[in-house]
Amino acid sequence: MALISCKGVSLRYENRLAVEDASFEIEAGDYVCIVGENGSGKSTLLKGLLGLKSPDAGSISYGDGLEQRMIGYLPQQTVVQKDFPASVYEVVLSGCLNRRGMRPFYSPAERQIAGRNIERLSIGGLRKKSYRDLSGGQQQRVLLARALCATEKLLLLDEPVTGLDPVVTAELYALIRQLNREGVTVVMVSHDIVCAVHNAGKILHMGTGVLFYGRAEDYPDSEVGRRFLGGDHHA
Amino acid sequence: MLELVSQMFSYGFLNRALLVGTLVALCAALLGVSLVLKRYSMIGDGLSHVGFGALSVAMAMQLAPLAVAAPVVVLAAFLLLRISENSRIKGDAAIALIASSSLAIGVIVTSLTSGMNTDVYGYLFGSILAMGAGDVAASVVLSAAVLVLFVLFYNKIFAITFDEAFAQATGVNARGYNLLIALLTAVTIVVGMRIMGAMLISSLIIFPALTAMRVCRSFKGVVITSALVSVVCFFCGMVASFAFSTPAGASIVVANLSAFLLFALVGALRGKLPG
Ligand SMILES: Nc1ncnc2c1ncn2[C@@H]1O[C@H](COP(=O)(O)OP(=O)(O)OP(=O)(O)O)[C@@H](O)[C@H]1O
Ligand SMILES: [Mg+2]
Repeated sequence: MALISCKGVSLRYENRLAVEDASFEIEAGDYVCIVGENGSGKSTLLKGLLGLKSPDAGSISYGDGLEQRMIGYLPQQTVVQKDFPASVYEVVLSGCLNRRGMRPFYSPAERQIAGRNIERLSIGGLRKKSYRDLSGGQQQRVLLARALCATEKLLLLDEPVTGLDPVVTAELYALIRQLNREGVTVVMVSHDIVCAVHNAGKILHMGTGVLFYGRAEDYPDSEVGRRFLGGDHHA
Repeated sequence: MLELVSQMFSYGFLNRALLVGTLVALCAALLGVSLVLKRYSMIGDGLSHVGFGALSVAMAMQLAPLAVAAPVVVLAAFLLLRISENSRIKGDAAIALIASSSLAIGVIVTSLTSGMNTDVYGYLFGSILAMGAGDVAASVVLSAAVLVLFVLFYNKIFAITFDEAFAQATGVNARGYNLLIALLTAVTIVVGMRIMGAMLISSLIIFPALTAMRVCRSFKGVVITSALVSVVCFFCGMVASFAFSTPAGASIVVANLSAFLLFALVGALRGKLPG
């Protein structure tokens, strides 16, 4: 049973179709990179997988004991967050929200999970610092730690490296690959197509519908891959 | 100073105003943190203007002011929230439209009926004489509700304020909590408007949060500090108003302004100093 299976999924905003008839399966342990032009429905598809938008046609089903609220999510940053007065620890701990149900306060076990993920992403030194005083790369690490608090199984990342310098970007990619090796399934939206081909196991190319879905090795030789990668991949 | 304060407590109406005002200040500060951080501060301002319109109409029709204003403001809160959720910039303009329209309607209704008397002045700029026993009971119940809900849902409110999409993805009903916050804000404004006045009540929501954000680095710090700042400023404003015979609402706003400037200075100095 696949972790996520989409069958003929369509998602629309009012009268505009953003995702049309998408069918694919994501297996446990996969590292899937979603690529495509601006406005091709990548973020919308993620929202569908997260249950933030319900499909207008088709179905999204979870397997392998995955529950919808047990998905870790790294959204594109909003303006509000940039100057938000919250300590790193508070932000990471808020990732445990889905474990709590109706209980009003966090348990020691959940505080431990938060602490563990802070160590895992080596942001222990920032624990008491304010989120707004961090650099963009540090903020992404904090949000990644928060996403890890919500899940052990599946991470959805929407353009996690936007605005980061090449060194930090490489670090973040290494980190995500490391998490994937530790058994976390990763689904990531990225515009960095060359890097995606190198890092990811599978590529999902969106263009409202699914234009390509398969192993990353096969992508450069596919027709859409050749077109999208352009002239720099003739090797 | 002490004499002054004990003198204040000897007036029954002042006691009531102090009690109600302290509770309202506390609630407004707590709700304000979330509203300001979500860029919803305009809602508070809009609601107070709607409140004024409702009060004037109620007075002209000789109905009980609170009984009319409360449901109208609550309805307006839901409406304004919807507008802000859909699109931020257009929402801003729409709130300004609704606010000034309610104010205009209120002013026309009063000038056609009673004229600009002291009652209307009281609605605009607040009056500590306005508090009856019913108001005291209502505000105690309201503040208790706000406090309990805020503490119980503190972690969820944090998550929604910080990142609504993430909170929703982890199974939190963000819309429901937004509605709850709008509802509590509406009721806080209706009760607080009597003391602070329609023109000034929104400062009670916005100022403490902004003041606390000058120096605090954590959400918990901001929440606790803004609650403290709000209550202290309210009290100082009341004492000053009593001592210098200035209007209560305006004195409280000036106390909040002073606190804001002080905290801004501290924040700026701390930013300059190493460590
Ligand atoms: N909130 C919205 N309301 C209406 N239409 C929307 C909304 N969000 C996205 N769309 C439309 O849906 C389509 C797909 O948008 P989506 O955000 O999924 O694209 P994307 O692939 O993530 O693009 P990008 O690479 O720029 O992030 C676009 O045509 C966009 O205009
Ligand atoms: Mg996008």
